[in-house]
Amino acid sequence: MSDARTDIFARIREALKVKAPTPHLKAQTSSPKTSVAAKPWLPDGGETAEDGLLILAEQLAKLKAVLIRVPDHASAAKAFAELATTKSWKKVAYHGHELTRPLAATLTCEAWEADASFDKQKLEGSDAGLTTCESIVAQLGSILVSSRSSGGRALSVLPHVHVVIAEASQVVPDLGAALALVKARHGTDMPSMLSFITGPSRTGDIERILVLGAHGPKELFLILVG
Amino acid sequence: MDNSKAIFLKEATVNAADGVQRAFISKALGGYYTNRDLQKARYRDWERARDAASMAKWSAVNDLANVLEKFVNNFERNGGVVHWARDAAEARDIILKIAENAKAKAIVKSKCMTSEEIHLNDALEKAGFGVVESDLGEFIQQLRGEAPYHFVFPCMHVKREAISELFTKHLGTAPTDSPEELTMIARRHLRQLYVDADIGITGANFLVAETGQISITENEGNARLTAALPRIHIALSGIEKVVNELDDLSVLLPMLATAGAGQPMTCYNTLYSGPRKKGECDGPEEFHIVLLDNARTRLLADPEQRDALHCIRCGACLNVCPIFKNIGGLAYGTTYQGPIGSVITPHLRGLKQWNHLSGASSLCGACTDACPVRIDLHHHLLHNRRNAAKESPTFFDRVFHNGFNFVIKRPWLFAIGGRIFRATLPLLPKAPAQSFRDQWKHDHV
Repeated sequence: MSDARTDIFARIREALKVKAPTPHLKAQTSSPKTSVAAKPWLPDGGETAEDGLLILAEQLAKLKAVLIRVPDHASAAKAFAELATTKSWKKVAYHGHELTRPLAATLTCEAWEADASFDKQKLEGSDAGLTTCESIVAQLGSILVSSRSSGGRALSVLPHVHVVIAEASQVVPDLGAALALVKARHGTDMPSMLSFITGPSRTGDIERILVLGAHGPKELFLILVG
Repeated sequence: MDNSKAIFLKEATVNAADGVQRAFISKALGGYYTNRDLQKARYRDWERARDAASMAKWSAVNDLANVLEKFVNNFERNGGVVHWARDAAEARDIILKIAENAKAKAIVKSKCMTSEEIHLNDALEKAGFGVVESDLGEFIQQLRGEAPYHFVFPCMHVKREAISELFTKHLGTAPTDSPEELTMIARRHLRQLYVDADIGITGANFLVAETGQISITENEGNARLTAALPRIHIALSGIEKVVNELDDLSVLLPMLATAGAGQPMTCYNTLYSGPRKKGECDGPEEFHIVLLDNARTRLLADPEQRDALHCIRCGACLNVCPIFKNIGGLAYGTTYQGPIGSVITPHLRGLKQWNHLSGASSLCGACTDACPVRIDLHHHLLHNRRNAAKESPTFFDRVFHNGFNFVIKRPWLFAIGGRIFRATLPLLPKAPAQSFRDQWKHDHV
């Protein structure tokens, strides 16, 4: 008996001997094939950087994520310290990076770098996780984190609050641009995980009523510098 | 299996008469309609977006051998292990063997309809492995010992009081009528399980051939945790989930969220390209993917209905289907409910036993209009009816269809029939002296 792989490929090749009709496209436009070029029929991501920031702010508000815009890195650190005090955090885990370290340094509570191999239980017990990100998608309010930019896979999802520190120049108009940037930056050496985070974790599984913080963070803050 | 039709008819009759339950389902879907329309309005041209989504899937499915091969090569290059399963039994065996080799003590799962299709939990439990569903809806259904009601909203039919009772019984928690508190109970209970589990099992929404990544769409963060904390990550996916390029996701991810849940994007859309890499601080040591055929190639071999393999499992067709809303998801008795389930189940499990689902439709076409990848759903239900009549015609089909066919091809016989008909109807109101055909001839010749 031949192996499953050979069999499945043989079945596929046999099945595809008869061609399927092309789909009935309604828009009747010249080339519906997706291309890396902008897709002017998807939700708008803004033509200029300023437009993009406006759309981003609107999207994040709808998603119940909190955007904190600050003019410089010193005010970012100040805003983060205030957040820690208001929320009475006792333990904060962070990804070691030039953007995060000055923020972590202002904390009066315990702060630890979660980049070396760590105790899962300790991370679970942390009140907040502070990370950087790869890019931010204005069109959808999504923040792209990766196992490289965000201290692995768990840091951005296991602690009860997730705080992202980023610069305004990291905002891209749409999802296509974010994916193109990922390819340009990492090529064939992709981080093992890339995740578009769109608002705090949520569920509607009980009577379709929205509840935030199903398994991931209940709160999501984006501190945007510039 | 033979009585699937009898069970369907019985369940459908009972559920359709349950006005209270139907009102509950309508209310639950009300918010979805509002949010879906608000999000659709943000698309500058929803129809063009549907064209692009449809073409992205069409081009991958119609070149499946090459695209799948490219995906597999890139997936292996990224350090993952590929397994092939011709059918459900092979897929179960592969996963059981991985669990046995790992001497797994605890397995945590995120939502994966393909695992429902192969009855994975039963097999794991029979072999002595503890397995816990981590998606809130699936967790509730697992405790209830019931199949999912809807493949996107698994427990949308269960009232909060019932969930509270369920948690009190199984988890020993105090009763509550707050959805938020109920969610927090599940959150606290499941958190420790991610930390303790040896194996995490997930599905996959898209397999990206260009990069060898798998894409997982979710809202709760349970799939993120399932693929982050256990030592081994197993993804189970149908072979048709493949797409050509990473850029295809720039269309498919937002559309899946908008059509499926009325969101701009779901909370977490995650791409995995292998086990933990050198220099990364966490993530699994092993990453396996099980690629399942299970009669998908049979559907592929039907060019007329091949587009049913474009399905991205958003559930939009269920949410708008008057049949689904009236009979509920459990009556179908299938892994995939609603219009898409009625189309594909006869292909996956046999047309003879499942053709009755082709009649579970008003042919209103709401499903086809709702489908983000333009599957011609309601016509496929008609195709299935035709195919079933060809495959094994009933006595009525044979006599009526052959008789009609015989008469209609012979105008003289048809005319005699008409005359006899008129002659034998003196009891009815007075018939015209001439038939319509005769009048037409008289007036036009």
